[in-house]
Amino acid sequence: MAKIEVENLYKIFGPHPAKALRLLREGRTKREIMEATGHGVGVNDASFSVEEGEIVVVMGLSGSGKSTLVRCINRLIEPTSGTVRIDGTDVTALAPDELRRLRLAKLGMVFQNFALFPHRTVVQNTEYGLEIQGVDPSARRAKAMEALELVGLKGWEDSHPKQLSGGMQQRVGLARALALDPDILLMDEAFSALDPLIRRDMQDELINLQEQMQKTILFISHDLDEALKLGQRIVLMKDGAIVQVGTPEEILTSPADDYVARFVEDVDITKVLTAESVMKKAETVAYLGTDGPKAAMRKMRTSGISSIFALDKTHHVAGIVTADDCAALIEAGGGELASILRTDITTVTLDTPATELIALIHDLPYPLAVIGGTGKLQGVIVRGTLLGAIAGRGLAQ
Amino acid sequence: MINSIPLGDAIEAIINFLVDHFSFLTRAFSATTDTLLSLLEHALLALPPWLFIALAALLVWRLSRNRGLGVFALAGLGLIWNLGLWSATVSTIALVCIATLVAISIGIPLGILSAMNRTIYRIVFPILDVMQTMPAFVYLIPAIPFFGLGKVAAIFSTVVFAMPPAIRLTCLGIRQTPPELVECAEAFGSNRWQRLVKLELPLAAPTILAGVNQTVMLALSMVVIAAMIGAKGLGGEVWKAIQRLQMGRGFEAGIGIVIVAIILDRVLQKIGARKR
Ligand SMILES: Nc1ncnc2c1ncn2[C@@H]1O[C@H](COP(=O)(O)OP(=O)(O)O)[C@@H](O)[C@H]1O
Ligand SMILES: [Mg+2]
Repeated sequence: MAKIEVENLYKIFGPHPAKALRLLREGRTKREIMEATGHGVGVNDASFSVEEGEIVVVMGLSGSGKSTLVRCINRLIEPTSGTVRIDGTDVTALAPDELRRLRLAKLGMVFQNFALFPHRTVVQNTEYGLEIQGVDPSARRAKAMEALELVGLKGWEDSHPKQLSGGMQQRVGLARALALDPDILLMDEAFSALDPLIRRDMQDELINLQEQMQKTILFISHDLDEALKLGQRIVLMKDGAIVQVGTPEEILTSPADDYVARFVEDVDITKVLTAESVMKKAETVAYLGTDGPKAAMRKMRTSGISSIFALDKTHHVAGIVTADDCAALIEAGGGELASILRTDITTVTLDTPATELIALIHDLPYPLAVIGGTGKLQGVIVRGTLLGAIAGRGLAQ
Repeated sequence: MINSIPLGDAIEAIINFLVDHFSFLTRAFSATTDTLLSLLEHALLALPPWLFIALAALLVWRLSRNRGLGVFALAGLGLIWNLGLWSATVSTIALVCIATLVAISIGIPLGILSAMNRTIYRIVFPILDVMQTMPAFVYLIPAIPFFGLGKVAAIFSTVVFAMPPAIRLTCLGIRQTPPELVECAEAFGSNRWQRLVKLELPLAAPTILAGVNQTVMLALSMVVIAAMIGAKGLGGEVWKAIQRLQMGRGFEAGIGIVIVAIILDRVLQKIGARKR
């Protein structure tokens, strides 16, 4: 069962949405409806789901309805029609008290403008949700301090928000949501107000946090690079409607329509980026003949990788050895590395364009090997570095 | 010729009706309040003036954290004592304090309610507009049949006159809460009461204090006018001077009022500035 399910969701702004809703269902555009009825279309027939432990990024230009969509999920904005289910519970049917309890129990939210209370200190801001939950003062202080430590703000607990930089304020916003230990984090352009460097740090931190805590995250962004970096799946919105849902690779390589294509055009760097510019230097490799399984294992462990390319005597790539196979071989009493060598690897040359790499790497179990003119191994490309490099390039522009 | 509409007659009839049926209550209330008030005045006057003045200056200094203002209070109140206006001043201060307390203990809750509820807002605010444009003297008239000549009638008309800013600015302060903070309070599951107490009131505090400040100033000016219906005090001194054409005495009392006004205003402003 999906953690969050959104089904045929509509939001129309204005006092009499019924007529606008009918016109919208008849296929009229947002503009036509505004002219005919004076009503604004916030969300138009949105359906998607977020699985437990997944990061989904909702992306679109400003005014495309991202904020409205995410606010319909915790009903800060009342949907006009459609259903939102969280863990199978129909949120749209909840009474006000039940809704408040659901928000407290499961839904942490982080805001673009931080939304910290200026009259409260950092730690008092952090414990706000716990205070509303009725957690007793010493316990909530402890939890708040834990959350602050997690986001790297230990020592700042007694400062006031206005004494902090933007990046630090947003960490407080994040800590306030994390202190409640919610299953789901809703993050509306949480990093958009930060400058690029701090923003990249926060993105890395969020990825880390998610790996540690397995939160389900719905992240809103107007920035494709951010979406590529964070999203396991991306939901693309235009004029309130969802135009495409897919993995970053799918969005990049097969845009559903012109709108997405134009969006992706900004990342045209994928066409000029080549294997050489996105690869990691192959610093650790195993040598057939000289390295045994134990040596290969040690190399993998020190570099923190789960597979290693193996070179033959002429320093040409012979294949790849995985940590699992290696461990099994050691378990079995050792043997030649060649016996567990996998040769079904994919190689590319230094000038292979990034667009091709994306298509190649999508369902490949191993990293790509980048081969130089002399046939020697020059570098490796893993899925994470590829998307990271594309995203990083976009940000640096 | 067209007859004039008997608006005045109608209002008089309503007031007469209320007086006929309810004045026994308000008169009884008046008598009790009068007793309490003179007790307070006596208590204040029981202190030797020099001690009172010293304590008051000290309090002004502590509250405003401003030594200059403390010195001003000491000199100003000393001057008043020297001019023989001491008991009149004490009586005025007592009236202002009580009228302000009543005005804000009705005005702030009413302001909060108007901020939270549109219907209440739509009823209260037009009444405030009328209250604030009506000349102050008019409030004196109905006060007399209900409360009789004297201090309670003065307090009543002062409360009516001085309450609007407390209501208005409380309401304004709460409505000015940044919408993104309100949204955040909602997102974290706050109920209406929690949102009010933990977010809106703390943020509105400086605005509410500005309202209280205005209420105090209006109360002071009305207490002076209310001398006409027997409020005595500094206003009474001015009133007496007018009737006897004692220009100098009138100005002395006037200066006394200014001194009290400056002290109250500055202390409240300083407290307000600290809250910000
Ligand atoms: N409270 C509102 N009242 C009327 N229209 C609104 C309101 N909030 C948003 N809209 C409109 O809904 C559309 C989507 O807005 P929003 O969800 O804020 O977009 P995004 O977050 O993608 O920038 C916009 O056209 C906006 O003008
Ligand atoms: Mg938005």
